[in-house]
Amino acid sequence: MPDRIQRKMPERQSEETIESEVVESDRPATDDLDDLLDEIDEILEENAEDFVRSYVQKGGE
Amino acid sequence: MAVPKVCGIETEYGILVRGAENNPVTASALLINAYTGAVEDQVAFDLIAEDPRRDARSPDPLDPYEFDPELEYVPVNAVLTNGARYYVDHAHPEMSTPEVRSPLEAVIWDRAGEEIIRESIDAAQRLVPDGAELLIHKNNSDGKGNSYGCHENYLVDRSLPFGKVISAVMAHFVTRQIFAGSGKVGCEFPGMSSDAVDYQISQRADFFEEEVGLETTVRRPIVNTRDEPHCDASRYRRLHVIAGDANMCEVATFLKVASTAMLLSAVEDNPDLEMPALANPVRAITQVSHDPSLAAAIQAFDGTTIRAIDVQWQLFDIARTWFEQTGGEAVGESDCALALSHWERILTGLEHDPLTVADSVDWIAKHRLISAYAERHQLKPGAAALRAIDLQYHDMRRQKGLASRCGLMTLATDEQVRKAITSPPDTTRAFFRGRCIERFPDEVLAANWDSMVFDLGADPLRRVPMDDPLRGTAELVANVLANSATARELVAALAEPNE
Repeated sequence: MPDRIQRKMPERQSEETIESEVVESDRPATDDLDDLLDEIDEILEENAEDFVRSYVQKGGE
Repeated sequence: MAVPKVCGIETEYGILVRGAENNPVTASALLINAYTGAVEDQVAFDLIAEDPRRDARSPDPLDPYEFDPELEYVPVNAVLTNGARYYVDHAHPEMSTPEVRSPLEAVIWDRAGEEIIRESIDAAQRLVPDGAELLIHKNNSDGKGNSYGCHENYLVDRSLPFGKVISAVMAHFVTRQIFAGSGKVGCEFPGMSSDAVDYQISQRADFFEEEVGLETTVRRPIVNTRDEPHCDASRYRRLHVIAGDANMCEVATFLKVASTAMLLSAVEDNPDLEMPALANPVRAITQVSHDPSLAAAIQAFDGTTIRAIDVQWQLFDIARTWFEQTGGEAVGESDCALALSHWERILTGLEHDPLTVADSVDWIAKHRLISAYAERHQLKPGAAALRAIDLQYHDMRRQKGLASRCGLMTLATDEQVRKAITSPPDTTRAFFRGRCIERFPDEVLAANWDSMVFDLGADPLRRVPMDDPLRGTAELVANVLANSATARELVAALAEPNE
């Protein structure tokens, strides 16, 4: 779970502590995403248009 | 009192043949026969006794001339040693998990079903002509207005009035898609153009036209009234759920089943429990789906507007309260604790940064791929490549499927899944069914959900009833099975007063 510390903006001079808002990113790293995109480039149906057009199913439940 | 939430998942898979005649019925039959021919003799399944027209809202079956019964034409119907049913349904291969006692086991046997499909593809590929390819997808639509289902089943106390069942789940079925939806490029809502929506949350939302109803292939209802309990109808109801997407992500499958099981249990334990109610569920299910920003305002029954995530927080609170008050035994204490933890984590993630839960929510994982790919190649929202990614996310071929490459969180171990391919769960009647098929395949004439029929040779056929999903477990019958060298001995031993 990411640690979250709320930023409180003091409206007047006071002794309220200003804490910076830190949101730890739990997002999968961008490098992984680039690798994944490379992989998709490799294995995605070559003729996407034909594939998508030909993908027809009978209705089921 | 909440009855134990015995449950199961039935998945209709998409099927396509390339490089040869594309007949989905024969291809489905080939797929299943390739598996069962390779692995075990096929055991038949009786279609007896129960009437799919029986509607939960009325005590008497409908007049047969009022509308056509949806009787299945089932060219291939196999019951497997893990207690699952693997068959052809409406031109799709369908895998129904055995009955399981807990949501986590539903995930394990659902995953086992996927592996069986993959083994079937490998086996079938050896049988098709050179150059022909069999494509199988765990999805719910072809993008052209044709949809097929991933259904869930839950054991419910018969004494709970059906109206209470409806109000227990309606708002949940409309809104749970925010964590259980599998995403879709484009739109299939009748009357809207395909590119009216760039990307939506649910595969199935566009296809729901009624709140409550008996049908499953047209005029689909959010709450299905099918009343075929496949067990003692005086004690139990089987709630048959058609309003869900097929999931690739185990956490999504788990939470989908666990959350629904908990909400049903909560209402069973307290029928007067006030549940969130929506003014127009049919309208809302599409509104929610068409807005991946999760901001869609739907109308609550009291006239106020609310977001799907707000409804889910209310349902989460109801489930959590029920768990705290009862210990969650009906669903399983550890399953409840795990589900509540994921549910809270995912809702929190959805509120603040959906990409943080891309490893737990299919529609987000898929959206992440599609957005990034579109950006890399400068593609417009409805581009063919993006629709292809949408489909290929669900591709069951190991070398082509995209979901397995997304780093999705898993809950089942490889060992649990491997075992579940051939072994039934221990804690439901699926144990008895699966073990009989494994031990006595030549003598089992038919294996149904609620009975086994043995052919002992010269004698008349012997039917062993299995009216209670909670009997026929390992605890109750493992010994008698182990001590029976033949089916004849087994049937004789079961006929004795003390099992």
